[in-house]
Amino acid sequence: MTEVPPGYFLALAGLLFTVGVVGVLIRRNAIVMFMFIELMLNAVNLFFVTFARMQGNLEGQVLVFFVLVVAAAEVVVGLALILLIARRRASLDVDNVRLLKW
Amino acid sequence: MSAAPDGFALLAAAVIGLPLAGAVLLMFLGRRLGRISGVIASGAIGLSFLSGLVLFGRLLGTPGDERRFVVKLFDWINVGDFNANGEVLIDQLSVLMVLVVTGVGTLIHIYSIGYMEGDGRYARFFAYLNLFCAAMLILVLADNLLFLFVGWEGVGLCSYLLIGFWFEREAAAGAAKKAFIVNRIGDFSFLLGIFLISNEIGSLSVSEVNAGAAGMGATLAATGALLLFGGATGKSAQIPLYVWLPDAMEGPTPVSALIHAATMVTAGVYVVVRFSPLFEAGGTTALTVVAWVGAITALWAALMAAFEYDIKKVLAYSTISQLGYMFLASGVGGYSIGIFHLVTHAFFKALLFLGAGAVMHALDGETDMRKMGGLRKSMPVVGLTFMAGWLAISGIVPFAGFFSKDAILAVAWEAGEYALWGIGLGTALLTAFYMSRMYFRVFEGESMVPRGVHVHDAPKTMAAALIPLGILSVVGGVINLPGLLTLEHFLDPVLGEPEVPHGLTAFLLAGGAVLIAVAGIAAAHALYLQRDGAARRERLIGTAPWFVTAARDKFYVDRIYGRAIVAPGKAFARFCSDIFDKRIVDGLVNGIAWVIGRSAQGGRYAQTGYIRNYAVIFLLGVVIIVSFMFFRIGVGT
Repeated sequence: MTEVPPGYFLALAGLLFTVGVVGVLIRRNAIVMFMFIELMLNAVNLFFVTFARMQGNLEGQVLVFFVLVVAAAEVVVGLALILLIARRRASLDVDNVRLLKW
Repeated sequence: MSAAPDGFALLAAAVIGLPLAGAVLLMFLGRRLGRISGVIASGAIGLSFLSGLVLFGRLLGTPGDERRFVVKLFDWINVGDFNANGEVLIDQLSVLMVLVVTGVGTLIHIYSIGYMEGDGRYARFFAYLNLFCAAMLILVLADNLLFLFVGWEGVGLCSYLLIGFWFEREAAAGAAKKAFIVNRIGDFSFLLGIFLISNEIGSLSVSEVNAGAAGMGATLAATGALLLFGGATGKSAQIPLYVWLPDAMEGPTPVSALIHAATMVTAGVYVVVRFSPLFEAGGTTALTVVAWVGAITALWAALMAAFEYDIKKVLAYSTISQLGYMFLASGVGGYSIGIFHLVTHAFFKALLFLGAGAVMHALDGETDMRKMGGLRKSMPVVGLTFMAGWLAISGIVPFAGFFSKDAILAVAWEAGEYALWGIGLGTALLTAFYMSRMYFRVFEGESMVPRGVHVHDAPKTMAAALIPLGILSVVGGVINLPGLLTLEHFLDPVLGEPEVPHGLTAFLLAGGAVLIAVAGIAAAHALYLQRDGAARRERLIGTAPWFVTAARDKFYVDRIYGRAIVAPGKAFARFCSDIFDKRIVDGLVNGIAWVIGRSAQGGRYAQTGYIRNYAVIFLLGVVIIVSFMFFRIGVGT
């Protein structure tokens, strides 16, 4: 079994990250935007793991765990906010949530 | 100085601590305790008096020349070389003062139980009374100038609280403020004196200051002494800071009695006497100033008293006048005589005030003497005790005031200060006159009481205070009866022996003083009791109407102070508030806020509220940073 060269992983991760960025920019549904953010985080995780393998050490892999933990916390807060907004406005369109501007 | 016998520390702590504890208790639980708070407060000060008596007894048990103990109650400030501890000085002078403060204070507390009956802030009144006594006890017992200053300021604070006790009345609130501010002026001088002494002597202990005073040099010692005396003129209401005292009559009458007899106004005299070595070290300068200020104040206040119609204000001026006597005595070296007069004055002035309070109580708060008269028949207890006080302050043999006032005049004569003696004698004449005027107008003659006022004699608690004070006013002089009991000699170890005349001179001087007093009473009798008195008064006023107008207007002193000091002060305050604060300071702050606000106005439009816009900007930022790093690294390697 031949080993897959790291370049492929990096290309995949880059592709995922780009999809995430574009998704956040063009979608207006809060849940969907949230999913794209998660996608970006996981793309970064993939980078970390790939680089860790290329360097031959564990630091990248350790960092992945940190990212996971932070992402979990972020999900909790983020989902709670989205839930409250949804209850209050009966809509998930983020363009409706622009009350603090002039 | 030998070590203090066992128990002295405990007794001294009890003397100060009991009223203090009473004050704290009543402040926190007074509302719940209600009626019995008066009893609690009286009990606290009464027990303090008993502790003082025990202390006095124990002090008598030690040899005469060694009755001087410093007891440390608690550690206070110890920083490097600087030490100020809660130390009390127990000697003849301080214990005597403790007995006067607590003894007279106890009677006033008991009197207040009846007098303040039904007042909405009954418990608070007693809390303040107790605090007042505690502060005064700290003042007289402290061995440390800073500790003494705590009591000094505490007394000032309590006077403010009590003079303004009925603060709903604007006059009372104003009088309280006036008392506090005028006292602050004196306190400032006092504080400067403390700084000077601390700087020169390097210690704040009373004993060390007195011991080191001689080494200060005459000029410095005189300066320090006069700065302390400046504080004393505030507390003891002497020229030029006496103006607060007549206004202080707005407080409840027991407060006036307390301020004038036991606490507060005696503080200045006490300080001068306590620091007598310092005053002596200043050569004759400081003492001459003290004597003359005292003498002029005595005469000045007596003149105003002679034309006043308000029963309490007459007594207020008379207090100022009598305090002048005490300073006069101290100024000519008769420190123990000054203290003797302080003690007898405490007896009869407390009595007179409490009597006046009983009269007001009976007449529904009336203070105008023109609406009284003939009250002795309807209130015999008050009338008789008041008579004792009247004869005592007038200086009739053998009432208490005679001995002390005669001693002051005698000591002035012996010191060769004949001018001071003359002023004192003139004041004695005026004193006898205005006190008799008061007594005749209130208790003798025809009744001017309006119909419908039910006149009643003093209730039991009031009588319980009046009668002992009446007895003390009659026989109080015996504590310094030549050859029998001698207060002077008791105080000699602290204050030195005053030079009094002996033999025939002494008797002639005493006889002269009594004659003068009788003359004053006779004059008042002719003007106020005899049938054609009113006509005589008219004729007498007709000879110098401008003088009478001036005296009735307090010799314009309040107006002059108002114009020269209060008005410019208010104008300056108005400038600070309206111009400097509102325009300049506020303008600066508001201006900065306005500039920032305006510039932020433009930036607000960049905020669209759309998350996408923020995300794009965020992304652009990331791209810029990453490309920057990329190129830097690219160039770097």
